[in-house]
Amino acid sequence: MRKSLKERLAILSDAAKYDASCASSGTVRRDSSKSGGLGSTEGSGICHAYAPDGRCISLLKILLTNFCIYDCAYCINRSSSNVERARFTPDEVVWLTIEFYRRNYIEGLFLSSGIIRSSDDTMAEMVQVARDLRTKHGFRGYIHLKTIPEASPQLVEEAGLYADRLSLNIELPTDQGLARYAPEKKPAGIRRSMDDLRLKIEEAREPTFTGRKKRFVPGGQSTQMIVGADGASDATILGSSARLYSGYQLKRVYYSAFSPIPDSSRNLPLIKPPLVREHRLYQADWLYRFYGFSIEEITSAREDGMLDLELDPKLAWALANRDRFPVDVNTADRETLLRVPGFGTKTVKSLISARRHRRIRLEDLSRLGVSLKKVRSFIVAEGWSPHRALDRSDLRAAFAPQPEQLSLF
Amino acid sequence: MQTVLLEGRGDFGEWRDAARRLLVDKVLPQHVRWQLRGQAADLFGCPGEPISPNETATVSVSRSFLEAAEAAICHSDPDRFSLLYRILWRLQEERSLLQVTSDPDVSQLMRLIKNVRRDSHKMKAFVRFREVEAVQPDRRRFVAWFEPEHFIVSRTAGFFQRRFTDMDWLIATPKGSAAWNGTSLKTSREPAAKPEGDDATDELWRTYFANIFNPARVKIKAMQSEMPKKYWKNMPEAALIPDLIAGAERRVAEMAAREASQPPAFHERLQAQWRGREGEGFADLAPLERVRQETSLCTRCPLHCNATQAVFGEGPDDARIMFVGEQPGDREDLAGRPFVGPAGSVFDQATEAAGISRAGVYVTNAVKHFKHEMRGKRRIHRRPERPEIEQCRHWLVQELDVIDPKIIVALGATAYFALTGDTAAVEEVRGYPIPLAEGRILFVTTHPSYLLRLPEGIERQTAHRRFQEDLQAVARLAQSV
Repeated sequence: MRKSLKERLAILSDAAKYDASCASSGTVRRDSSKSGGLGSTEGSGICHAYAPDGRCISLLKILLTNFCIYDCAYCINRSSSNVERARFTPDEVVWLTIEFYRRNYIEGLFLSSGIIRSSDDTMAEMVQVARDLRTKHGFRGYIHLKTIPEASPQLVEEAGLYADRLSLNIELPTDQGLARYAPEKKPAGIRRSMDDLRLKIEEAREPTFTGRKKRFVPGGQSTQMIVGADGASDATILGSSARLYSGYQLKRVYYSAFSPIPDSSRNLPLIKPPLVREHRLYQADWLYRFYGFSIEEITSAREDGMLDLELDPKLAWALANRDRFPVDVNTADRETLLRVPGFGTKTVKSLISARRHRRIRLEDLSRLGVSLKKVRSFIVAEGWSPHRALDRSDLRAAFAPQPEQLSLF
Repeated sequence: MQTVLLEGRGDFGEWRDAARRLLVDKVLPQHVRWQLRGQAADLFGCPGEPISPNETATVSVSRSFLEAAEAAICHSDPDRFSLLYRILWRLQEERSLLQVTSDPDVSQLMRLIKNVRRDSHKMKAFVRFREVEAVQPDRRRFVAWFEPEHFIVSRTAGFFQRRFTDMDWLIATPKGSAAWNGTSLKTSREPAAKPEGDDATDELWRTYFANIFNPARVKIKAMQSEMPKKYWKNMPEAALIPDLIAGAERRVAEMAAREASQPPAFHERLQAQWRGREGEGFADLAPLERVRQETSLCTRCPLHCNATQAVFGEGPDDARIMFVGEQPGDREDLAGRPFVGPAGSVFDQATEAAGISRAGVYVTNAVKHFKHEMRGKRRIHRRPERPEIEQCRHWLVQELDVIDPKIIVALGATAYFALTGDTAAVEEVRGYPIPLAEGRILFVTTHPSYLLRLPEGIERQTAHRRFQEDLQAVARLAQSV
């Protein structure tokens, strides 16, 4: 018997929950006030709800179908899995998106799919969803499509005309890992698709002779890497990310702690995911993208290429490079201030603006929302010097979390 | 002491008129008491004096203060009026005060603005519309109930108007309401009543919420810091949260305990298809195309892992001249074609000047994958090493076999080594024909990217001239063989 829409929604959202990306930001601003349709994007995305796993729900994240001809070991939808299968028609996805959007549950759609028949057949249906939303329903909300590996460039190009963001998951940081766990996926093919998209995005940004720019994937492209399913170190993972950022100008690399899946492949660990590790990778990625750190700097503190799980990577870096501190908040340049643990980009901006008018004291910093506990060993301020705090051998212990009794269950 | 009586509903105009009057009258901030109507103090008989706006007085104040004040006034903190007046007063002397975010007054102002912004953001996020009977033909109608902390409804209404243009809607809150009917946006500061009703779509939404949650990664604190409990009662999905949390541990344990099952029947069928596909070769392709396809799958050395693609040679398969470069660069790696980057344009100009048509020659590289390292956000070219060149010779030899050129031009030491196995420096072998087996002639010159690396000046000009002369020699050689 055919499953109801609700039953299929349950199956196809459950199947999508392992995908980490959900952001609905970084696209152009647009709204429906003049056009009279539905939807808007205003630069920064909105998280409409939070699940108890701490992750925000911004988009309706579902699969068109969870049938799949690939057999990727880490994926719940792989062909050898006995998970319950279902599929939506494109019209059903369009209906759900519009109705959910009208009730302000979501910012838009994140559509992914298992591969049925061929990559092109599947991709064509996804493109149809995006096209109908835009052209039939005047939908101006956010659309993120997960490109199907090996889909034809023409379909990807058409998808780019309707979608805010396209992504293609690299899944594992090394080609060897991919060959082992996702034998049907071709890493070279994935790289070539990302490359193709980068070139098309660049081409669309060139103004034409009428001076108008074509709207093409304004939110750029992103990818996801699974952490902890294979043996790759953090240095390997971040190195891979750096290559993806620089080679294909990705907007984001998402890290998804490998999550045990029902009916999982025997090849994989059945452990709880290393959520802290995932968090540290995001922090490191942030340092690389916004703070001017190189991957080597971030990962060189430890020999095994792993990030410190107890301390955030910036603090770990500072403790390993104590000779670069203390930094004088009244005179140091922006780059130096950005390297002080506890200072974010906003803090540094306010600091530089405030110190033009008066000398900065420690209590001024706490009014800027800085954690003094974290920052004070690393800075000199008006009336404050850390003296020999940086020479203390127990400085690390002052920051590391207290030992905790482990759960016995 | 002067007392100002205000409604206290986040109305900027009311405060501005009062503040302007006080400022013109030079009333010190510490001499003003800002009183909210209905607040305890005015019951004790110190009524506020009504403020009549002084239309003639002009007070100049920066745009950024006005924007900040308009936001901060929406806060429900009863001290906001006096804080804003104090800052306004100080701004007359300290013009750049707002930039001193460490100042206690300014940081308090920033805190108020941040709270208002956050409340407004939460309204955008957590309002849930329910569909009700339409009142206009062809337009659907929705209502929502929200409980903001501050007086943000009119401030935030524009967002909903821009977003939900093609439907009628009403957002009711205890601190005012907003409604849109397709032509006008009406906002009110009066407390509104909670609309009743149910929406069938809520059930689908709850289904989604329950299933997108991953029980293996419960992080309750992270959830509650972004979605505090005070919002839950008006969100249809929030009622599920306690049960989802309670059941998470059990679901993960059950999952772990379950044995891996036999794959479904269609899995075997699919695997058989994949196995069939792997056997497909390139046997029926033209020779050059066959080598190109095989090269694209090359994993002979680790370089393939970090490059986008193998960059194969380009040109007619009967070309008389074959140019061999070092390896693809950043642009070549992306484009999948040899000599299209900056060095490629140096090469193009030089060949054209020498009377060699690029379309008539075959151009390739000794190493087919881009070798690089990361520096900041850029990919910097790195020289291929001996083992990599030796592994890649496999493909170069096949290209040579198919093209069978009469003249081979090695651009740089890497190409020379790949073609001969000799490690001599370019300068030792450059500029004269070297006979090879099978009647071919080898000619060695520098790589065009070497010219780009030289600093502007005499040295670069000389190198350019010599490169040009080498290519002219190649052109002459091509006519003689």
